Amino acid sequence: MIEIKNIYKTFHTPHEVQALVDVSCKIEAGEVVVVIGPSGSGKSTFLRCINRLETANYGEILIEGIDIFSRKTNMNKIRAKVGMVFQSFNLFPHKTVYENVMLTQLEVLKRSKAKADKKTVYLLKKVGITDKAKAYPAQLSGGQQQRVAIARAIAMDPKVMLFDEPTSALDPEMISEVLNVMKALAKEGMTMVVVTHEMGFAKEVADRVIFMDYGRIVEEGTPEHFFKNPTHQRTKLFLDQILS
Amino acid sequence: MHNFLFCPVLALEPNKLLCYATFNKNIFLPSHFDERSEKKSHKTEKAKKIINMVSNIKRLKKKGLYNFSIVLFFVMLFLTSASLYLAAAKIDYVWRWNRVLKYFAYNNTVEIKTETDGTAVIVSNDKGWNIEITKNSEQNIYFVPKKAKLNILDGEYVYKEGIIGSYSELKAGILASGLWLTIKSSAIATIFGIIIGLICGIARLSSNPFFKWSAITYVEIIRGSPLLVQIFIWYFVFGSILDAIFASHDFTRIEPIWYGIAALAFFTGAYVGEIVRAGIQSINKGQAEAARSLGMSGYQCMRYIILPQALKRILPPLAGQFINLIKDSSLLGIIAIRELTKATREVISTSLQPFELWFMCAIMYLVLTFSLSMALQFLEKRSLIK
Repeated sequence: MIEIKNIYKTFHTPHEVQALVDVSCKIEAGEVVVVIGPSGSGKSTFLRCINRLETANYGEILIEGIDIFSRKTNMNKIRAKVGMVFQSFNLFPHKTVYENVMLTQLEVLKRSKAKADKKTVYLLKKVGITDKAKAYPAQLSGGQQQRVAIARAIAMDPKVMLFDEPTSALDPEMISEVLNVMKALAKEGMTMVVVTHEMGFAKEVADRVIFMDYGRIVEEGTPEHFFKNPTHQRTKLFLDQILS
Repeated sequence: MHNFLFCPVLALEPNKLLCYATFNKNIFLPSHFDERSEKKSHKTEKAKKIINMVSNIKRLKKKGLYNFSIVLFFVMLFLTSASLYLAAAKIDYVWRWNRVLKYFAYNNTVEIKTETDGTAVIVSNDKGWNIEITKNSEQNIYFVPKKAKLNILDGEYVYKEGIIGSYSELKAGILASGLWLTIKSSAIATIFGIIIGLICGIARLSSNPFFKWSAITYVEIIRGSPLLVQIFIWYFVFGSILDAIFASHDFTRIEPIWYGIAALAFFTGAYVGEIVRAGIQSINKGQAEAARSLGMSGYQCMRYIILPQALKRILPPLAGQFINLIKDSSLLGIIAIRELTKATREVISTSLQPFELWFMCAIMYLVLTFSLSMALQFLEKRSLIK
């Protein structure tokens, strides 16, 4: 479904950093891929390249066979099919929860109001935010905001969901409520790429774990293989530090 | 303990005490603070604020400083105006405030005169009277409205230029029409200023060098030259060119006020553009990323996500800019537009009461700017509550 071929990305400001070096991988439909790695290893850049919030300097990414770095591609159409959830939620603060979920359905998908309303009510119920539909994002806790952000992304009926450290900005007690929503999504067969530090989530839900360091994919494998007997020295070190 | 530490400073600076007291509500009012965290409704918040303010005042009152400051303020006001009055008396200036009024509105007597002579027949209807004046089967009809006083009787013979009816009506004086012109030109210039500013601000942030450099050039030219010179350029350069072109194509020439409005609008547009740019840049980058990642186009992202948030933020600096615009409109008098300042100058040359009239002029600008800032403050508060 998503094919990433030899992408390179270098940031020049404030100073030259090689964020991605020759990264290639394939993500099949229905697969849950968890990307882990130390900070600055290029996980987020990797994720942001998939819906072209960052443009790779070299290489190509195919989503359902469409090259997203090509000039001819209508990126808005692709992005509508690739949902993204951010670390800092990025809900629209001037719109209510309900409007946040409604807006893109009406404006981007051009759904009818009745249909969008039905979908919104259904999704807000699914993520457990029915009573706060008329509240503004600032009146919600971090966990609630992140759940609304997930609902907003699913409302577009995406083929794949990208999660960029969705629980990193949350209080510890709110992490589980967001992870539960994500687990439910994974069970429904959604294709997901998750950048996270939640090893529990990776063990439980992931079909495949990718470990990145210095912009390269160091190791790739099933959670069992990954957490029980990692082959690479760097992976062992990272897991030792994070799990102890 | 804090209170004791700050005491000597506070005694000297009452403002600081207010700030300090508001900042540290919990120190002064532990009970209110607890309640506040429980109830979050807006009304109770407001009530708490008032209670806090009152308690602050009480604290100041104890020291006598608060009352003394109030008295000091009014004494200063009184002394300033009294010294001005005395100084004016010293040069034998006679204040005649009652003379100012007639430049705002005056009674104008309208007389209805006949153009021929003949016998008058009065036909009354709902709106007034139709006077038919007939001589040698030649008939002229004059209309006299109901509010007028009729001077003739039915069947009376009237002579040429005879007054058949007269009434007085209230007419706007020079100052009133000058005020209206000031309001009109600033309002139109504000509207165009917003439009130009929005376009300029967005173009300034475009990655396309055509738009970006055009916006930068425009802003730098406008901000770097005096408004007075710009008005001259609009009127004497562009005005002359356009007049010549229009004259050769048999169009009517454009009124000078439109050159004035154009100068004001383009001047304000440059500043509004910079304000809009700052407002857009102040919005978290994540907002645009979220919008784009949901498949919104650049236009949709701007229209639904960035601009609504930016506009809310730029309201206070915009208010300042529009207040400046109203004040700057006083320069339009230089190209023979009789706005408030120019009207005042003309009135002074006939009435010879410069003191009252200049004060009056200033007060009218003050009323305009103050009501505008109040209106925008109201808008801002409403959007904040939301």
